[in-house]
Amino acid sequence: MASSNKHKSISYAKWGYFFIIPFFVVYAAFQLYPMFSTIRDSFYSKMTVGLIEYPEKFVGLDNYTNLFKEGDIFTYFGNTFIIWIIGFIPQIFVSLLLAAWFTDIRLKLKAQGFFKVVIYLPNIIMAAAVSMLFFAIFSDIGPINDIYKSISGSEEPYQFFGHITSTRLIIAIINFIMWFGNTTILLMAAIMGVDPALYEAAEIDGASPSQTFWQITIPSIRPILIFVLVTSLIGGVQMYDIPQIITNGTGSPVRSSMTVVMYLNNQISVGKNYGKAGTISVVLFLVAAILSLAVAAINSKDQIAENRAKKLKKKKMKGAYRI
Amino acid sequence: MSTSTTDHVGEHSNKTALLVRRIVAYTVLCILTFLCLYPFLVMIINATRSHPDIQKGFKVTIGGAFGSNFKNVFNNTDIPLINGLRNSLIVSGCCTILSTYFSALTAYGIHVYEFRLKKFAFAFILVIMMVPAQVSALGFYRMMYDLELTNNLIPLIIPSIAAPSTFFFMKQYMESSLPLEIVEASRIDGCNEFRTFNTIVMPIMKPAMAVQGIFTFVANWNNYFIPSLLIDKKEMKTLPIMVAQLRNADFVKFDMGQVYMMIFIAIIPVIVVYLALSKFIIRGIALGSVKG
Repeated sequence: MASSNKHKSISYAKWGYFFIIPFFVVYAAFQLYPMFSTIRDSFYSKMTVGLIEYPEKFVGLDNYTNLFKEGDIFTYFGNTFIIWIIGFIPQIFVSLLLAAWFTDIRLKLKAQGFFKVVIYLPNIIMAAAVSMLFFAIFSDIGPINDIYKSISGSEEPYQFFGHITSTRLIIAIINFIMWFGNTTILLMAAIMGVDPALYEAAEIDGASPSQTFWQITIPSIRPILIFVLVTSLIGGVQMYDIPQIITNGTGSPVRSSMTVVMYLNNQISVGKNYGKAGTISVVLFLVAAILSLAVAAINSKDQIAENRAKKLKKKKMKGAYRI
Repeated sequence: MSTSTTDHVGEHSNKTALLVRRIVAYTVLCILTFLCLYPFLVMIINATRSHPDIQKGFKVTIGGAFGSNFKNVFNNTDIPLINGLRNSLIVSGCCTILSTYFSALTAYGIHVYEFRLKKFAFAFILVIMMVPAQVSALGFYRMMYDLELTNNLIPLIIPSIAAPSTFFFMKQYMESSLPLEIVEASRIDGCNEFRTFNTIVMPIMKPAMAVQGIFTFVANWNNYFIPSLLIDKKEMKTLPIMVAQLRNADFVKFDMGQVYMMIFIAIIPVIVVYLALSKFIIRGIALGSVKG
């Protein structure tokens, strides 16, 4: 009997392989192979200038030294980071506020369903379309310039896309509008997962809403806050659609809105400089890998944070009894 | 006695404080609602107005040019919108079917069977979940160029068979909702493994497949980076490339009524699906977030 059971499990094992084979074959062909060929390209010089195609040549680490010596990559990482942070600060602030309000039992906000549907709406809409809409709205003949003209009394429109600050700000605002709803819902799920006893204890203690928020909610959802921060940063590094369309791929004015992925795209499709494009890809990969490792490290610390929350709860309970 | 008075006073001030907090909360929510809806409001209104009308300035009144804008957009030969809608629908539809089916299949293979590479396969998929698509874009582009598959929808469809995050969602769903006894029972009834999956497991997986199907559809409908690298023939373009093309065209000379109308047509299918299934979708985001 035992041997026949064993035989059975062996014969089923092959089905496991059958079922997962399509995934791995497709992944190997369309992701893994291209990734290795990209890494390989970063060690070769291959480019097309005009109609002349230069032959492929092994150059070792030359592409890397050139990339770093040229320094554009640092500028573009800087741009990407600046645009990301301008959008992220209001995003995390507003999302926390909304998540706290939506989950507040005493506040009992009405029409929550409606508000959630509205704030999440921009996230599902094509980034290309949202960018195009904002471009039209802020263009010289758009409604924002109508308002500007009537307020300032000037005949000339304000060229939002001719100034560094306003261009970056508009890209950041689009990022904010598209993502704060998503973050709110993630944080709400996190807050609803906090032990209700903690809030009860706080109420007995007579804690004010802001005290409850800062001393219970924030420490309890800290791991998820960090998760949101790092995943947003990984997403931010890949920022492409919005600045590409807003600036028509130029990153104007003076390449101040050029992001790393726009740079990569330019090297592939415009510059046809595959060596450089490969090098940028590898750098991008390393940055994303470091950030992902940070997520993994933080997730493993979740347990520690949970223990801390439990300790905090004990402290609170003790406090309650003392009164 | 004194304590009860304090309580009473405290309650009163609490009520005022609560009222103030409610007013603040509703005000902020209304501002954010306006911020979220304003661009779409402008889009809808301007899609109904003619180009000269729009240039005179923005007004919150519906114009009468909806029909002519609609006709002009579809008659525009530079940007064949009918092709765009067709291509986007083909790509998003096929990706949704392939991605949900094969993700469920892979998750089932790892969830139900014991085999030597099982742990490795699972860990591998978790690791690749974090790799950004842009990293392999150059290799992918060159490979498709060599295979002469540029200006073709196939490279936009086939890779969706390997969707790590959809896989992960399916795996989690199976852990909570797929009892192995059902698989055992169907084996005893003489059902082969593949048929068990298709006829017994798939119906159980329907809710998870619906949620992931919506997300996959939307993601592919909106996808811009890879399609824009591979496609430059106008008949093969997907909608995001066409929308981006409005920016490439000499913007000021372009018929603004058409611009707004085209954006409207590009996003309306997703908005309709979203409004119809919003409860489902919003629950799905929170569920998906557990993936960590």
